[in-house]
Amino acid sequence: MENQLIETDLLQLTKEDFASDQMVKWCPGCGDHAILKAVENVFPNLGIKKEDFVVVSGIGCSSRFPYYMNTYGIHGIHGRAAPLATGVKLANPKLSVWMITGDGDSMAIGGNHFIHAVRRNIDINVLLFNNKIYGLTKGQYSPTTPKGSKTKTSPQGTFERPFNPGELVIGAQGNFFARVLDINPKAMTSIFMEAAKHKGTSIVEILQNCVIFSNKAHELITSRETRDQYQLWLEHGEPMKFGKDNEFGIVLKGTHLEVVNLNEEGVKESDLLVHDKYKEDSGIHTMLARMMPPEFPVALGVIRSVESETFDQLMEDTIVSEKAKSPIHNMDEMLNSGNTWMIE
Amino acid sequence: MLIIAANQGENFYLCTNFKPIDMTSKNSKVVELDQVVIRFAGDSGDGMQLTGSLFSDSTAFAGNDFATFPDYPSEIRAPQGTVSGVSGFQIHFGQKTVHTSGDLADVLIAMNPASLKANMRWIKPDAIIIVDADAFIEKGLEKAGYLTDPTLDGSLEKFMLIKAPITSLTKEAVKHLNMDMKSTLKTKNMFALGILMYLFNRDIELINKYYEQKFKANPLIIEANKAVLKTGFNYADTIELFANTYKVEPAPLKKGRYRNVTGNIATAWGFMAASERSGRNLFLGSYPITPATEILQELTKHKNLSIKAFQAEDEIAGIVSAIGASFTGSLAITSTSGPGLSLKSEAIGLAVMTELPIVIVDVQRGGPSTGLPTKSEQSDLMQALYGRNGEAPVIILAARSSVDCFYSAFEASKLALEHMTPVILLTDGSLANGSEVFKIPVVGELPAITPPIAKANDAEYKPYKRDPERLNRQWAIPGTEGLRHRIGGLEKQDVIGNVSHDPLNHERMTYLREEKVQRVANYIADQEVLGAEDADMLVVSWGGTYGVMLTVVEKMIEQGKSIAHAHFRHIMPLPKNTEEIFSRYKKIVVCEINNGQFVKYLRMNFPQFKYQQYNKIQGLPFMVAELEEKFNELLKD
Repeated sequence: MENQLIETDLLQLTKEDFASDQMVKWCPGCGDHAILKAVENVFPNLGIKKEDFVVVSGIGCSSRFPYYMNTYGIHGIHGRAAPLATGVKLANPKLSVWMITGDGDSMAIGGNHFIHAVRRNIDINVLLFNNKIYGLTKGQYSPTTPKGSKTKTSPQGTFERPFNPGELVIGAQGNFFARVLDINPKAMTSIFMEAAKHKGTSIVEILQNCVIFSNKAHELITSRETRDQYQLWLEHGEPMKFGKDNEFGIVLKGTHLEVVNLNEEGVKESDLLVHDKYKEDSGIHTMLARMMPPEFPVALGVIRSVESETFDQLMEDTIVSEKAKSPIHNMDEMLNSGNTWMIE
Repeated sequence: MLIIAANQGENFYLCTNFKPIDMTSKNSKVVELDQVVIRFAGDSGDGMQLTGSLFSDSTAFAGNDFATFPDYPSEIRAPQGTVSGVSGFQIHFGQKTVHTSGDLADVLIAMNPASLKANMRWIKPDAIIIVDADAFIEKGLEKAGYLTDPTLDGSLEKFMLIKAPITSLTKEAVKHLNMDMKSTLKTKNMFALGILMYLFNRDIELINKYYEQKFKANPLIIEANKAVLKTGFNYADTIELFANTYKVEPAPLKKGRYRNVTGNIATAWGFMAASERSGRNLFLGSYPITPATEILQELTKHKNLSIKAFQAEDEIAGIVSAIGASFTGSLAITSTSGPGLSLKSEAIGLAVMTELPIVIVDVQRGGPSTGLPTKSEQSDLMQALYGRNGEAPVIILAARSSVDCFYSAFEASKLALEHMTPVILLTDGSLANGSEVFKIPVVGELPAITPPIAKANDAEYKPYKRDPERLNRQWAIPGTEGLRHRIGGLEKQDVIGNVSHDPLNHERMTYLREEKVQRVANYIADQEVLGAEDADMLVVSWGGTYGVMLTVVEKMIEQGKSIAHAHFRHIMPLPKNTEEIFSRYKKIVVCEINNGQFVKYLRMNFPQFKYQQYNKIQGLPFMVAELEEKFNELLKD
């Protein structure tokens, strides 16, 4: 359903309009602070009235988010942010619904709800804070914790293979998936804007740092020494290049991706894959989402953005068409229709 | 009493005017009866549900009051011809008000040996048994587990046994239509219906109209069904099957338009009526579960009335999506049965904490765990009362009949919306699948529903500021200017609504949530009692047992027995006069289809009284006869 878009300068909103009076209680240095700031920058610029935002969450550090935004907000129960957001959106499709969740909330206890929201393509925007650890319960492994990691519940290292949220989203027929780092405020802002404008379930995975329990979980991607080697920023229509001097690129070799060095003889820029985020076929998008160090850089930016009909719009359209078709317009008519008889 | 049948809108077959039947041409004497119970039984593929419901329609047309109950096997298609594959349908109709689908049948139609075997315990000692003689062959008898043919070995001597060659005469009746064997055999239930239509002096023209509407696209099927129905009717007449035929005079039903309704459908419609009356859109979040699924199915049909029914991925998503819709200003419902209520517990707590209106319908079935999915029980009362973490009071209502499901769903919605709290509505499998005659209400004459919606830009608005009388908070709906606020599962500061871990605040909020629910007692009807204030014994019941309890108590009062009856629809809170009622009676007997849950609740609330109890936990309803015997025995003590 179309949000009621209004010229942004008519609304004259600023980020102060969305700042709540509550004390933000995340740990100093937590990546969540930067995400909150980015969202505060995005909301005033979407052309949506401040009353028309609803921020929904489950449980976890990230899920305190609604309390820190001056919008309508509801803090739910563990894992259930997706159905909560679904109910809000279906009840009033004019609202701009934002679901804040973490890797525990939506990959573990809420995994089922998460994939079904994605599959249905409900028009909500999901910010998935992935710090690869359970922070609020103080340091147990999560479904995205790398195999072998030592945590409070895996003192000998985990035995579990982690989920890759991008792969999961696309596997569940997701049509919008983006990945960004909590240390990139500009990129966050532009990606959140794009997610908001996308019709359907938009998932943004934010690789977020928990300074206390999984500090430097994303270090290979974020540190000054290695970031150029391990960050691939995708731009639609551009060849996939990365490295300090853009010396590396991604090519499709047979049925898999490969990293090539453009400085090597025989490697041409025209061989590189060109990013097409609108491509309906999800094959390349899945391969991009799966890329992980050390063999590959991590794909960042909007990996997939495909328009298709949303559940909420289909429901509204069906209501309109059923109303037009039906001779019954109220309960009295309904109750008196069909097989009835009269006693006099 | 005159029955006319004009109808608005669709041209349904009940709406045709018929000539009265000419009884004088019949070969038998017409005997008038007060009430009759008929049981239709056959293999699950034999179409007995349709046969039963067509007979119900003709019963409606005859102006009788009636109630029906289907008895399905729990498997979709159990092995053919076996006892576990028998599907049944019972109708109880009368010239007086009918409160139940009946104890034991006066007439049993058994389409095969298995259905005879499965239903012998449900018929009266002098019942009429009509069997398809063609089905009582070696193979069928063996599958049913009969060592000898019961229609020959004398074991049915005391009954009036009618052996009609239904299958062979059906084949004969449609021979000229050259249908395949499968389609031919599908019509044999109409032969049985034809016999019954004759036996009860009904006009088969009504059923013919049904075929014409139902099979519009297939003239051959219309022809075949008509031929078989007529053959069955004529067969009963020509070979003088019955010495007598029967007639039940119209019941003294109030003037007005009527229809037949099951409890689940009535529940769905009650919510729809509440939605229209309150001006709040209806949202259902639900997951299919026996025996509650029809509520979801029914609500998906009415998108023309803006009803949004969402089939969620599980029970939890069902209720949580409803909570999201409630936050957004909808009349939000979730429907389930016992196992689903267990899964929804945590989310009900969220609705308690956020003080959002929501109705949770639990169509109870036999438990624990998967239990007896297709059988009815009243065993979720304790779960409804206490099945949540923390101090989490909710309003609890229990519907007392299939038709009352409509009014209970309406009242549950009204209380949820006006008091801003979750309400659990308990119905059960018997009410859900059973049907009754429903006098169609005028929606505008139902009570008004006025939810406490906060006004835009109300400078005084605070998320947890309360109404001084009801103690409800206000409903500030997203999209409304000037009311942005946050709520959630964490404890909230009184009035302000910010997250609070303050010890005294938590205690105060706990008391407030409890008191809010208790004060609902000021807004519900007083408890009614049937019978004398000084009767020797008060029998107490709640929920779906109303019909059978009432039948027994009315009968015993008529016989001059000193008995009174209090049937509870409001469980939490209890009506304000409950204690006063109990204080009037020396002997109190609480009757339930469980191991004594309401009686425990009463003992806890009013420990000063002595309660006896009568419980049945067989997945079966109470029988009039068993209650009567028990009550007479207790009266003597």
